[in-house]
Amino acid sequence: MQQIIFILLLGITSYIAYKLYSRIFHNIMMGKPYQYQNTDKNERWRNVLLVAFGQKKMFKKWIPAVFHLFIYVAFLFTQIELIEIIIDGLFGVHRFFAPILGGFYTLLISTIEILSLLAFIATITFLYRRNLLKVPRLVKSELNGWPKLDANLILIGEFLLITGIFTMNGADTVLQGIQPDHYPNTGSLAISSWLGPALFGGLEPEALMLLERFGWWLHLLVVLGFILYLPISKHLHIFLAFPNVYFSKLTPRGQMENMPEIMNEVKSMLGFSTGDEEQVMGEEMPEFGSKDVFDLSWKNILNAYSCTECGRCTEVCPANMTGKKLSPRKVMMDIRDRAEEISRNLRSGDMKYAKTQDNTDIKTLTKDNYDDGKSLFDYITREEIHACTTCNACVEACPVLIDPLEPIMKMRRYEILSESAGPADWVPMFNSIENNGAVWQMSVEREAWRNEA
Amino acid sequence: MKVKTMAEAQAEGLDVEVLFWVGCAGSFDARAQKVSRTFATLLDKAGITFAILGNEEMCTGDPARRAGNEFLFQLMALQNIDTMNKYGVKKIVTTCPHCFNTIKNEYPELGGSYEVMHHTQFLNKLIEEGRLKVEGETFKNTNVTYHDSCYLGRINGEYEAPRKLIQELKADIVEMKRVKKNGLCCGAGGAQMWKEEEAGEKRVNVERIEEALETNASIVAANCPYCITMLSDGLKAKDKQDVVKVMDVSELILQSIKE
Repeated sequence: MQQIIFILLLGITSYIAYKLYSRIFHNIMMGKPYQYQNTDKNERWRNVLLVAFGQKKMFKKWIPAVFHLFIYVAFLFTQIELIEIIIDGLFGVHRFFAPILGGFYTLLISTIEILSLLAFIATITFLYRRNLLKVPRLVKSELNGWPKLDANLILIGEFLLITGIFTMNGADTVLQGIQPDHYPNTGSLAISSWLGPALFGGLEPEALMLLERFGWWLHLLVVLGFILYLPISKHLHIFLAFPNVYFSKLTPRGQMENMPEIMNEVKSMLGFSTGDEEQVMGEEMPEFGSKDVFDLSWKNILNAYSCTECGRCTEVCPANMTGKKLSPRKVMMDIRDRAEEISRNLRSGDMKYAKTQDNTDIKTLTKDNYDDGKSLFDYITREEIHACTTCNACVEACPVLIDPLEPIMKMRRYEILSESAGPADWVPMFNSIENNGAVWQMSVEREAWRNEA
Repeated sequence: MKVKTMAEAQAEGLDVEVLFWVGCAGSFDARAQKVSRTFATLLDKAGITFAILGNEEMCTGDPARRAGNEFLFQLMALQNIDTMNKYGVKKIVTTCPHCFNTIKNEYPELGGSYEVMHHTQFLNKLIEEGRLKVEGETFKNTNVTYHDSCYLGRINGEYEAPRKLIQELKADIVEMKRVKKNGLCCGAGGAQMWKEEEAGEKRVNVERIEEALETNASIVAANCPYCITMLSDGLKAKDKQDVVKVMDVSELILQSIKE
């Protein structure tokens, strides 16, 4: 009976998970092509090892880094126990690895138990930091509502996960003494060997068996719940941090992405050879920069889905810390939320989201005819993007190499190049550069300063 | 000393070692002009054959690009590259970290590849090679704090060259809380220099100068004309302009060189 329920649950979860994760993939791929240099594979893998796997950048703040490391390492190791749970569940056996691995099994499960205890302490600490200590970056206004609940739900999930493990192992330890035939010897486990008898010693075998099963199912259900919950949560970083770090930009930090169309246009204007005369623009000016997520690169959207809203970027943002509206974290959250909104609307297939002129002959809603009358600017205000000093502190701060600066610059490009809008203060600077080749309108010659040298 | 333009140097048949890229601030801003003169004097003292582009130099396009105006950036960049390639420029030194970043990191893609140095890096090299000797003790035991500009520091990873220069002066470097990778912006980058700050509780330059004042240093050393403007304005807002001075690292060096 348990076996059937298990197989059904696993099957259904896998199916829904496949649906949800491919949805995320499609959402990321709504973005434009991203040119990454595939030749630098070594450096990319080095980054994955050091930054993603090795958590190098987390250690700029050692207290959360250490606690995060507990949860992270416990998560990695618990996968071994999860494999056993799946084998046990599929084949109706109990602790499949115990007799095979013998003493090594004791070591393995003891390691998982110690890590789980550390992760338990970390979970409590994180709940405390978020809800009682109120660490400033964890209680900023962009986290009000769902993001705050999301963060707490994950921590509660972790709490339950670990509770499940210890209930299961603790009851099992006691049962090994009562029914050695059904409960293979695991050896003396680091935590359960004393926690088990302390909590459950003296209970009836039936109660113990129930507890053991309860722990087992609790752990499994939370794991399955997690898999289905991740795609709607900021916690997706546990998977996406790895590809995100791999694909992160390797070109110099100070190099903004070039716009070859404009470069060639200006070259031909100046009478310089473009090398490829075909590339020169036609009569109609295309749109430049980013108005919506479609105009970002898929890497920008991957960044948004990889963000776990830790707020290290916002904490160091000079604009944010002096009370301006800009928050790099909010920029990333907004990109993700807008991508989600578009994805929902696209899936609805409702033609009210299609561009009006296309309504007559085209019957299906796609990203190419999508227009819901909204854009990224409905999420990220102009005031926010105007406040950025391009200081790169946010880029430096992110533990998973997210670049919040690039989308801000792309939105500025849209505003200036496609809308001819932007802060009025900049107009004299632009005019002066265009007319005099200098950022200020001056009456003296550029080289006049040398006369006093 | 006469600062020559590339055109003049070429006419005289001079072999120019390095092009001094002055930038808009260094050319037009009264405070930054002093730094341009200071650096030119140091180059002269070290016996470097250098030249400027003079009226042929244009804005690098950095503020335009970061404001979103790619068209204007390309217009400036392509003309500058054309001018420099015409003169066969190989080495460039500049007193502005924004010019430094743009020429070093953004011009190559547009056809302009040069060896670019920030003046603090260049001065370090001159001292290492013994072409400049810092002997004066003007700043001995003076508390100096150093402000990392974003474009030299975090963006281009140069934290040590300016600090080494300050150490040459036998001055005591008192670091602010946020330095190097974690350095705090002065508030001018990303074309903020040309616009009013967005609504907030405080100005970025005030936040930064408060941190500098906490060190009790009497000199705030900087490496960027825009940081110098922002930090000086911050000092005025705090009414500390008579007690604390904001100076370019090169100015400290020049004052420590025996005549």
